[in-house]
Amino acid sequence: MARLFEYQGKEILSRAGFAIPEGKACTTPEEAESVASELGGEVVVKAQAWTTGRKAKGLLKFCKTPEAAKEAASELLGQVVTNFPVEIVLVESKLEIDRELFAAVIIDATAQQPMIVFSSLGGTGVEDIAKSHPEAISRKHIDIKVGLRDFEARELVRVTTLDRKFYNKAAAALVKLYKAARLSEARSIEINPLVITKDGKWVAADCHATVDDYSVFRHPELGIEIARELDHPITMLERIAYNVEKSDYRGTFYFFQMDQDIPENGKNTNGEDVIGFHGAGGGGSMMSMDGVGKHNFALANFCDTSGNPPASKVYRAAKIILAQPNIRGYFASGSGVASQEQFHSARGFVKAFREVGLQVPAVIRLGGNREEIAIEILRTYLADIGVPVEGYGKDDSAVFCADRLRKLVEEGPYNPKGPDPISNPDEPEDPYTFKTLTGSLTIDHAKCSDCESKPCVDSCHPNILEVKDGNVVLNISDEEAAKGRCTECLACEIACWTAANQAIKIDLPIDGLPEYLKEIKDSAPQEVS
Amino acid sequence: MSILVNENSRVCVQGITGREGLTRTRLMTEYGTSVVAGVTPGKGGQEVLDVPVYDTMFEAMDATKNDGGIDISVLFIPAPLVKSAALEAIEAGVKLLVIVPDRVPIWDVMEIADAAKSHEAAFLGPNTLGAVTVDQAVLGMMGGTAASAKDFFKPGKVGVTSRSGGITSSIAYYLSRAGIGLTTICHVGGDSIIGLPHPEIVKRFEDDPETEVIVLFGEIGTSQEEGVAELMVKKEVTKPIVAYIGGKGAKEGTRFSHAGTIIEGGKGTRDGKIRALKGAGAYIVEDFDDIPKVTSEVLASLESN
Ligand code: SF4
Ligand code: SF4
Repeated sequence: MARLFEYQGKEILSRAGFAIPEGKACTTPEEAESVASELGGEVVVKAQAWTTGRKAKGLLKFCKTPEAAKEAASELLGQVVTNFPVEIVLVESKLEIDRELFAAVIIDATAQQPMIVFSSLGGTGVEDIAKSHPEAISRKHIDIKVGLRDFEARELVRVTTLDRKFYNKAAAALVKLYKAARLSEARSIEINPLVITKDGKWVAADCHATVDDYSVFRHPELGIEIARELDHPITMLERIAYNVEKSDYRGTFYFFQMDQDIPENGKNTNGEDVIGFHGAGGGGSMMSMDGVGKHNFALANFCDTSGNPPASKVYRAAKIILAQPNIRGYFASGSGVASQEQFHSARGFVKAFREVGLQVPAVIRLGGNREEIAIEILRTYLADIGVPVEGYGKDDSAVFCADRLRKLVEEGPYNPKGPDPISNPDEPEDPYTFKTLTGSLTIDHAKCSDCESKPCVDSCHPNILEVKDGNVVLNISDEEAAKGRCTECLACEIACWTAANQAIKIDLPIDGLPEYLKEIKDSAPQEVS
Repeated sequence: MSILVNENSRVCVQGITGREGLTRTRLMTEYGTSVVAGVTPGKGGQEVLDVPVYDTMFEAMDATKNDGGIDISVLFIPAPLVKSAALEAIEAGVKLLVIVPDRVPIWDVMEIADAAKSHEAAFLGPNTLGAVTVDQAVLGMMGGTAASAKDFFKPGKVGVTSRSGGITSSIAYYLSRAGIGLTTICHVGGDSIIGLPHPEIVKRFEDDPETEVIVLFGEIGTSQEEGVAELMVKKEVTKPIVAYIGGKGAKEGTRFSHAGTIIEGGKGTRDGKIRALKGAGAYIVEDFDDIPKVTSEVLASLESN
């Protein structure tokens, strides 16, 4: 449920024909000044922040002159409100208010219908009005097939204490409000106060709106970069993760940071060891978090890869999690009995851990379908990396696995071997390349000539590789491979690395991650020798 | 007996030729589900895993009507196209839909709900792994493959309803491993608007003579668990319910993947749900790993009565 700022909510209203005060969103004091002088007369400068009661908190400032507006803007911009710095102020003409009302459209999940709420009193919290003046409020579920019709809206306002003479205008306003919600597929739009001005106009003086994360893809007009509610400004790493999710529709990938400032010894101020967390499935992730909490661990991040993600997605998630400096361990655990084949995830971990050169112990609970193979993959292909990686299945609880990680963390320090990727490390002499859905695969045919058994071909479960004139090539078109027939399962790369000549490189870039890692490295305290 | 599906249910798969559709159709048929038709617009006329593929739901209905038609349709369709596929199934006369994909826009779900209501149809999901009636039929993708589904879930007298897909199979597996068999296990779906929330599933279990105990996995957010407590208070549900509510570690207001898992005001909190269920007489399990133990105690006490 992405929250919108007041000015964004008002844009939605305005597109549906609902009147809003004249004004403009500004990012600098100078801009605020020029908007104020364009508007002329008294203006109000409003900090765009997710909080209620802005007036009492000094986040709204009435200004008689453009200079005053400039000053107000410079005071408001940069203030931190509920963890977020104010980056935008809305400069609007001051309204001449005759009376204040309230109107909202919300989704009633239990009734599975939108609902419209109207109150002939507004300005303060509608919960309080509901208690003190229940006769002022009315509400109605809306038939989604026909929408809110004008006669329904009139009846809705008639049963409140609203003065008769306003019925028609009120009904017209409500119809527009519903239209605004419908067009933007909002989860909720609340206008409080809805103002009747002294010259008889119905204007939305303030607006709180939330939109449906699952439909923002078809609402570019909302300009929502990240459809997700966070309790802190989005971090660079979260943005990198979100872009990975956005560009790959297969399975879910959800990542946010819970501790952005882990001390070098990996212990937070409560003395807990901070670890990277990688869950699978909402319910399973939460249960696993409960398990971790019992062992004096704190989480650097929350992460969830689920819904049958390909190995490439798990690989990218693991690399993003490991980009957090100073974590003391890596804990991956889902529900315990997943329906998805677990070996995909296992391969993703192998590629990521070897490439990054895992520095800390990891416990990976891969319970579910084909878990034996998954655990075997972890055991075999990560045995030599110098830090322990333990794989567990459905018969080992999350609490037990967290206990294992506790022991492994305490048994350290270890001697990590450092990066030792499974990909072809050399510049290919005779490259054969095709695109995959989110990356590319390159085989160095020069290395293949003495490979008798061609294990890459057999390992490819979708069966898209074949031997032609002694070389391994696609047996489908390049376009088909790029459209997803190559599932990025990583099996061929691992097969070639273990049983042949390490001739394959599957390149799965993560936009922004190299730059991020470089920045972290540059800003880390330099060792003094 | 069972709920939602049994070995005689006639099932259609919408999106049968896609990556997920194909894999999970294999799971369903190998497990014993009678998949009688598949629909993918533009791919009609072929057969997939011995299942005839049609271009439209109406065509599929028509082609199967002499053999009993279609009872249930399972959707493996990209989220933006779910609404159209679901409305098509409902209007073609299917009475139960299983909507597997997640990220279906909420206004689309409301339209589906509205159409379902006027056609007296029901839908499981969206964002569901589906349901399994043990040793009879799978809807969706629970279990992953037929072999693992058979291996994980054993038949018996306990019904499972859960808000989390992974946890549905976990609970079912841990119960089976402890020698406690199951009737139907059901993932209601992770979104905030779903077609068959806990109260609806619990009512069906109440009417199912074979189910003796209901195990429920709840989460923070929505009012589904409170709804179940109400049914118990009103004596519309009298079978014992063993409930676990997840989310101890969740910070208020932080979202953990499931859109439904949001604490809104005082409603939907973990404590509130536990209080309501406990007050209504449910057995609350505090430690997830204790679910089998408590369930077997409840089963034993039923037998000694
Ligand atoms: S396994 Fe490796 S070396 Fe052998 S044919 Fe395949 S890519 Fe070439
Ligand atoms: S070529 Fe085959 S084995 Fe290799 S990543 Fe693609 S699908 Fe997997």
